[in-house]
Amino acid sequence: MRKIAIYGKGGIGKSTTTQNTVAGLAEMGRKVMVVGCDPKADSTRLLLGGLNQRTVLDTLREEGEDVELADVLKAGFKGTVCTESGGPEPGVGCAGRGIITSINLLEQLGAYKEDLGLEYVFYDVLGDVVCGGFAMPMREGKAQEIYIVVSGEMMAMYAANNICKGILKFAEAGGIRLGGLICNSRQVDNEREMIEELAKSLGTQMIHFVPRDNMVQRAEINRKTVIEYDPEHGQAEEYRTLAKKIENNTMFVIPKPLEIEELEKLLIDFGIAN
Amino acid sequence: MLLRHTPTEITERSALVINPAKTCQPVGAMYAALGIEGCLPHSHGSQGCCSYHRSALTRHYKEPVMAATSSFTEGSSVFGGQANLLQAINNIFTVYNPDVIAVHTTCLSETIGDDVPQIAEKARQEGKVPAGKYVINASTPSYVGSHVTGFSNMCLGMVKGLAVKTGKKNGKVNIIPGFVEPSDMEEIKRLAAEIGVPITLFPDTSGVLNGPLTGKFRMFPKAGTPVEALKGVGEAIGTLAMGEWASADAARYLDSEFKVPCRVLDLPIGLAATDRFIDALRKIAGVAVPEKIEFERGQLVDMISDQHQYFYGKKVALAGDPDQLIALTEFLVSMDMLPIHIVTGTPGKKFEGRIRELTKDMGRPVNVRGPGDMFLLHQWIKNEPVDLLIGNTYMKYIARDEDIPLVRHGFPILDRVGHSYFPTVGYKGGLRLAEKILSALLDRKDRDSPESSFELTL
Repeated sequence: MRKIAIYGKGGIGKSTTTQNTVAGLAEMGRKVMVVGCDPKADSTRLLLGGLNQRTVLDTLREEGEDVELADVLKAGFKGTVCTESGGPEPGVGCAGRGIITSINLLEQLGAYKEDLGLEYVFYDVLGDVVCGGFAMPMREGKAQEIYIVVSGEMMAMYAANNICKGILKFAEAGGIRLGGLICNSRQVDNEREMIEELAKSLGTQMIHFVPRDNMVQRAEINRKTVIEYDPEHGQAEEYRTLAKKIENNTMFVIPKPLEIEELEKLLIDFGIAN
Repeated sequence: MLLRHTPTEITERSALVINPAKTCQPVGAMYAALGIEGCLPHSHGSQGCCSYHRSALTRHYKEPVMAATSSFTEGSSVFGGQANLLQAINNIFTVYNPDVIAVHTTCLSETIGDDVPQIAEKARQEGKVPAGKYVINASTPSYVGSHVTGFSNMCLGMVKGLAVKTGKKNGKVNIIPGFVEPSDMEEIKRLAAEIGVPITLFPDTSGVLNGPLTGKFRMFPKAGTPVEALKGVGEAIGTLAMGEWASADAARYLDSEFKVPCRVLDLPIGLAATDRFIDALRKIAGVAVPEKIEFERGQLVDMISDQHQYFYGKKVALAGDPDQLIALTEFLVSMDMLPIHIVTGTPGKKFEGRIRELTKDMGRPVNVRGPGDMFLLHQWIKNEPVDLLIGNTYMKYIARDEDIPLVRHGFPILDRVGHSYFPTVGYKGGLRLAEKILSALLDRKDRDSPESSFELTL
């Protein structure tokens, strides 16, 4: 079983990219589970055709410890298994602890047991690795591969670099590796070249360049992945390609995070300032 | 009347616990860790946690309890406790030189998400752990479970951190004794030796927390399960886990990861549960029960039948840990006593069902709650009074207010001694427990009997 965590700056399109890629893998006949690690609980909306209102933590709060696996797992597009950690409403409690509790609970309940026949588990994690809780999926025995969703915008690249620092800490002691950057295009000038260069500097690869297309938004408003909403569309093909690239990926590295000056230089050499 | 505000009328509470029947996870983890020879428990959190857990154990066992702490500050809470733990591991091996450091977490380090296995691995890679020394760990947030959960988690931590996969068999049987007294662990070892079963008992606090006064302080008493023995638990021919709550996790892990078959038994408290334990040992050894043990059993049966008239029909209220309560309930029912109010503070959905099953032939309803608290137990007692209380020292408030005799049993006992020296497991332990129950009942009878029926002989 491959356990993959997707990180990246808030609003970069992690959930959209993850779900579309998972749809691609599911189309290839792979058995995939998606674990949403965002208090907003919107990481599986496109696979389920709507918001999965009962999150792991909601269930835990309402039913105490008598949680059954069936209460928190929902079947989505082409047999994908979907679950949402959930968490507190904005401004209260501790969302990070929520992630820890929820992943521990899923493990205890045997959600990752071999007999479920899962081939992939995707952790879709909120924003930056802001605290220990959001690094939970990186711990030993959890995800082994990380992909960072990034665009050519400065803050997205800055966040990607920061996430690499988090990976570095866990990679030194455990087996976690960076599998690559996924560029979710914002149509910034020289975007592809710049992200390729960023990937190279980090010691990794840009595994795929996902072009910007309004079809993604159209599918989203219809609560579907592009692959389900319009399977013939070119954008669907992009996600299928990304799924295949992840399936065949062999490049797993410990990243080399950049100093802020190096990162700024990259932007000056390739970016908008040029 | 210290509990005079406890109302008789019971109202459902959803959020509030009053007078809990449990304590922190790390108390159990620390106690378990002390059962490894040459081990220093380490509390990964603020100093106050460590002080409290040490003093909780000291007040119960009346022995010094050594443990280190990561001494979190405001800064550690913000930046994570890695730097503190790395420094601590280095200091501890340099200054105190234990064979094992057993790290358990606290609420704070759990909440900020410190990954102790990763930090311990980093310490190893940085050469802070000398050759032949070990750092094991357990995750013990107190907002989950209880001291029993912490004990269980540290037992699991011992297996995960020390057991070696060799594929060989060493012919021994692992026994995980559960959260019981050092005297109980000693008694389990004695019974196994009488039957002739070579065992690895882990953890083993006998001689650690009930040692002699010698005039010389030993930071690490010459007792406890040796590290070499713990490294071999994966080579055992089987594991007997005493108690579902305190011992089963480690046993099941040995079963699934090391293919060491496990059997989960009740704590051997009372006649029937001890019978099952002795039978399990006898079958492993392939021998008949030794005459000496038959003799001890016979003594217990004799005493219970001699005194049956005093046990018969006496109502009992109990609070404590699930494994203890299950065994105690079975014992009381077997003596025709009526355990009618039972609470544990430790969560676990199987508890209530197990108690109901054990009391189903009693011919009357039983109040049982897990997790519940002593406030509820007190309310039940107000609604239907009992003849006897069995529980830890915190029960003495109910005992005083309601004027009911109390037999102290469980954790913590802060105001009496004896528990760490005299076992309550095995037939000998059953004899002691029955004697204590009987003495409490008869002392009361002597106190309350009118002059006309104040008997010399009972």
